[in-house]
Amino acid sequence: MLLIHCPYCDETLPELEFTYAGEAHIARPENPSEMSDEDWQEFLFMRSNVKGPYHERWRHFHGCGRYFNAVRDTVSDKFLTTYKAGAPRPDLASLTEGLK
Amino acid sequence: MNAPVSSFTPGMLVESPAARVSAAVACTRLSLRARGDLAPFEAALGLSLDGQIGSRSSSGVLEAMRLGPDEWILHGSKDAAASAVTELAGLYANHPHSLVDVSGREVSFVIEGPRAAELLTIGCPRNIETILPGSGRRTSFDGVTVVLWRDAETSFRMDVWNSFASHLLDLLATGCRELAAEIH
Repeated sequence: MLLIHCPYCDETLPELEFTYAGEAHIARPENPSEMSDEDWQEFLFMRSNVKGPYHERWRHFHGCGRYFNAVRDTVSDKFLTTYKAGAPRPDLASLTEGLK
Repeated sequence: MNAPVSSFTPGMLVESPAARVSAAVACTRLSLRARGDLAPFEAALGLSLDGQIGSRSSSGVLEAMRLGPDEWILHGSKDAAASAVTELAGLYANHPHSLVDVSGREVSFVIEGPRAAELLTIGCPRNIETILPGSGRRTSFDGVTVVLWRDAETSFRMDVWNSFASHLLDLLATGCRELAAEIH
């Protein structure tokens, strides 16, 4: 089982308390009426699906109820960090440095 | 698809040498959502809302636990809750918030006995020892969201939504018997 650090509770807790919520840092379109069908398709369905460190959203569902962001390595399934929603992307180079 | 409302007569439900589960006396429950400056809310309720998630505070008649960064659950008598509702209604214009009576939503089980903490591990994935006596948490029990209050080392209260209550009680009863069977 994965252990996930909730940045709001400041505790590292079992995965069973959390739910996955897709890729992080996907901004809603500012002018929806000006979006073309291709833009909508890109926004709604296209995800980066990277192999390696991936920015994703999680929710502490059975706990504080908050959404937060995490960086997880999709190869090793290791969490590199978690941070509060709205915070900027952490610097990937500094996160992966210790793993090399 | 309406689940029957669980109504347990306050009193002992399961008893074994390892742990006991009883239904708590009904109380009024209020859900409070607020953000920003908490001082006016603390003054109106007479208790402390600030603190770590899971921390508790009591005014004597009203008991609060912080469930999330902007969420609290308040337990108290009918009168205490009614006066809290009146007090907070006065704050609403300057400090918008949400205060909802959720008394009908949940029942509480009191779980106590020498192996009460161990009994909770049958359904709770987190380490019970990290919930210190005098605090509590919202967590998961057999996949169901519950609010755990740890009143003492071997005494807990568990707030459970009505529709899950009979299932969780069955599970706790099985656990009580299993733990008791290990005592010779």
